[in-house]
Amino acid sequence: MANLKIRIDELHTDKIIAKGFEFRVGRLIEEWEEEPGPTQMPNIASLRDWDRKLLSKYKPFYLPFCELCCLCTMGKCDLSQGKRGACGIDMAAQQSRIVLISCTLGAATHTAHARHLLDELIAKYGPDHPIDVGGASVYVEAPNIRLVTGIKPKTLSDLEDALEYCEKELIHLLAACHTGQEGDNIDFESKVFHAGMIDHVALEICDIAQISAYNFPKADPEAPLADIGISVIDPTKPTILVIGHNVPPSIEIYEYMKKAGLEDSIELCGICCTALDLTRKTSKAKIVGPLSHQLRFIRSGLADVIVVDEQCIRTDVLIEAKRVHAPLISTHYRNFQGLPDRTKDSIDEIVKDLVSAQVPGVALLDSEKVGEVAVKVALSVFKKRQKFKAIPLEPEVIKDAKRCTRCGNCQRVCPNYLPIPEAMLAVANGNLEPLSNLYEACIGCGRCEAYDVCHQGLKPHSMIVGASRLKMEQDRFKIRIGRGAIQDTEIRAVGGPIVMGEIPGVVAIVGCANYPGSWKDNAIIAEEFLKRKFIVTASGCAAMSISMYKNEDNQSLYEAYPGIFDAGGLVNCGSCVANSHISGALIKIASIFAKRKLNSNYEEIADYIHNRVGAVGLAWGAMSQKASSIASGFWRLGVPVIVGPHGSKYRRGLLGRKDIKEDWYVLDGRTGKRVYVGPTPEHLFISVEKKEEAMVLIPKLCMRPSDTTKGRAIKLYHYIDLYTKFYGILPDDIHLFVRTKADIPTTMKEEVIKVLEEKGWKESEIPSLDPTLLSKFVRVKG
Amino acid sequence: MKGLISEPFQKYEIPGPIKALVISKPKVVSSIIKRAKNPIFIVGHESTKVELNGKKPIDYVIRMAKASDIPVVAVSNTAREFLKRDFKPKALMASMEIGNLLTDPNWSINGKGPHDIALILGITYYVEWVILSGLKSFAYNHLKTISLDRYYQPNANWSFPNLSLKEWYENLEEIARELGVMEK
Ligand code: SF4
Ligand code: SF4
Ligand code: SF4
Repeated sequence: MANLKIRIDELHTDKIIAKGFEFRVGRLIEEWEEEPGPTQMPNIASLRDWDRKLLSKYKPFYLPFCELCCLCTMGKCDLSQGKRGACGIDMAAQQSRIVLISCTLGAATHTAHARHLLDELIAKYGPDHPIDVGGASVYVEAPNIRLVTGIKPKTLSDLEDALEYCEKELIHLLAACHTGQEGDNIDFESKVFHAGMIDHVALEICDIAQISAYNFPKADPEAPLADIGISVIDPTKPTILVIGHNVPPSIEIYEYMKKAGLEDSIELCGICCTALDLTRKTSKAKIVGPLSHQLRFIRSGLADVIVVDEQCIRTDVLIEAKRVHAPLISTHYRNFQGLPDRTKDSIDEIVKDLVSAQVPGVALLDSEKVGEVAVKVALSVFKKRQKFKAIPLEPEVIKDAKRCTRCGNCQRVCPNYLPIPEAMLAVANGNLEPLSNLYEACIGCGRCEAYDVCHQGLKPHSMIVGASRLKMEQDRFKIRIGRGAIQDTEIRAVGGPIVMGEIPGVVAIVGCANYPGSWKDNAIIAEEFLKRKFIVTASGCAAMSISMYKNEDNQSLYEAYPGIFDAGGLVNCGSCVANSHISGALIKIASIFAKRKLNSNYEEIADYIHNRVGAVGLAWGAMSQKASSIASGFWRLGVPVIVGPHGSKYRRGLLGRKDIKEDWYVLDGRTGKRVYVGPTPEHLFISVEKKEEAMVLIPKLCMRPSDTTKGRAIKLYHYIDLYTKFYGILPDDIHLFVRTKADIPTTMKEEVIKVLEEKGWKESEIPSLDPTLLSKFVRVKG
Repeated sequence: MKGLISEPFQKYEIPGPIKALVISKPKVVSSIIKRAKNPIFIVGHESTKVELNGKKPIDYVIRMAKASDIPVVAVSNTAREFLKRDFKPKALMASMEIGNLLTDPNWSINGKGPHDIALILGITYYVEWVILSGLKSFAYNHLKTISLDRYYQPNANWSFPNLSLKEWYENLEEIARELGVMEK
């Protein structure tokens, strides 16, 4: 869509004579070569049948993280053991309602981000600024937007119509959560999928708008490397720390530094997605790390000014900033932090007040002003602060540890129940190692430091960091900056091998930093699959964690593996909003490689992806509501997602039953015949406890009905190989995945045949190569 | 039993109003197992994490399972430790998978009719907490759950209170012994 711009050089009427004027008349839908399909801008009801199809195979298993409901004043209601609330709701509906609230919150956050970002970019670059995410190499620039809304955006303002659609749908989704609305858990789940689909449209709006306006890397597999890690920050320079997800204020800081010739005199660094996006703009910016690094980095005192925008910011950031005498600038109305709004004041006044500590911080809703203020304040307070720290030095850590009575309280409030008490005992005896060993497993939440936890007044988190000075000095890595979209040419090259199964899978390692153990686990998982020639894509905090690990050649994985979307490539798409390029790549496989109609044709594309594209998401440290909405966008496309153990608190899995044969039939699109294809993929959403379990599940969940015998053999090889490597035994479900003897990996023939014989396996007919869940896609009815 | 506290080990994992009965005597467990029609044992990675006097909790699991012929589901990466001890679990699966199967009154791992008792030991504390919560609400008609973990699991039907390592081992030993006696 675009504004209709009319220019009239000369106009003569009875009443008017005019020369050379131009006017706009709103926006018109611009036609693209494809006619719209059946589901343009679907509402909550439009895709309900598709959702129910998926949900009949992958039934929810609810895990009430809270058994009570306290949403309205008739509560609290106990819903456990078959009871219903005062409004009539039961536990299954309540849990799915909470999932919907979570996914709607997540999608609303991305949509609101998109609105804010787009408004700012249009104000700065104009509504006609062209969308360009990869020049000629990316013809399908907005696969999610095109698929869902039927809009082919050419300019920034074209994105507004897609955004308005998202906003409208979100209101309906939120309303469905009210007391006395939806009562059926499966209908709640369908709405969850709807929220996820909306989410990916919003994510795509955000990222293609910022790529186009800021000239971020455009689908570039060779996007440059950036520095990441606490020790890449030069402590001799004034330092500005940015935290959050909305990058414009941070970019304005950089622009002002450049204008003032200060690019090399100030450290501009960041935490979370704002940092990732900032490095897409300038190689001068540095990344501190994922959001688990917030407390430790702020308390390190290195930041002279802290600038926050929105999302994933510690809500006590002002308290923490005050502790180290670092002025705080809040740049977003969704996150005022109680600070006075100084947007209309003069820069000199604001700078004076912050430098003199008249105020601990200000809210400043003008990105350009933020740029100038942050730089000027950093330069002025740098000497005064002298990098004031709130982290104890090693002797102090040892002295404090001697006071620990090993009561165990800190461990009992720690989300990962880290063994702090026994580490304290070692430290008291002069051995810092057990405490510093917790450094990578500590998610930096600070719960162990709440006022009532330690009766001795100890601060375990700070002590862990204080004991880890040597580790922090080695916190220095390289990350490939977010490349954005996947090129159409890359899709053409890998589409066939993925659909046939010869590239064993696409693994998307995404999500937050709420890890159950060391953050390095993400990298270890990534490395395993890179070596096995999967395509590994990454985004957000997970993309950062993958970099914070060195392989045996002392390289980060981004140095060791290319950034191409091909077998053995490690593709950092960018920040959280770049997850849309991962779903987008899957959509493009269906539309570009398989030539399925893209325009408003959700069901057919999702059906194609679900049955043929061996992709799986892994959100090992998933924490936020945004992570749940991102996952739900993948669910509606039929793509399985694995989460780490904390992900069990999302309150449900979507699990297949491989023991129920009836669940695993598809239709052959050519004949209409029902064909048993085995549990491929077995689950849609599952939480596992150990990284080894995730590694075994990944190749298994990449199996699809469309695999050729060669492709199935490759996937089975990885599944069986990893299973035996970690569990020391052969899987007992191989017979469900071997269709003919040609599916058996050649190097494993003997042992696999033995298992098949034990199971009474019989060769089945080769499944159709045109599998579908929906009879409407059968071309000749059988 | 010194230090008997019936509150969640992870302090903020507060349950609803229905909480696990505290196993005050190990005999309670052995007699429930003896009366059970088709018990099942679900064993996770924490069963191999600690050691006292050369024994790990998994060793007690094996003794109990052998004594009462209870099928064992090894959860997460626990299988290797069972195999090292020459014990083949009936199945390997993720904790969420076995939790889901147990909600189905028509499912059993051995074809001997629905499971009426699930013994659980060694799943990550907060994961076990939510899985037990799932079973509490979606399997309560046909299944009772017993946590044999060291720490109180409020969503089980029965659970030990928070115990010292030594107390935990003593309890496990006594249950294993009781079941062994029954075998003879
Ligand atoms: S919404 Fe329903 S279940 Fe929740 S508190 Fe109100 S009446 Fe009770
Ligand atoms: S709460 Fe304090 S005294 Fe108790 S174990 Fe932890 S650090 Fe030691
Ligand atoms: S800050 Fe670290 S050690 Fe403290 S409770 Fe959180 S994760 Fe545990």
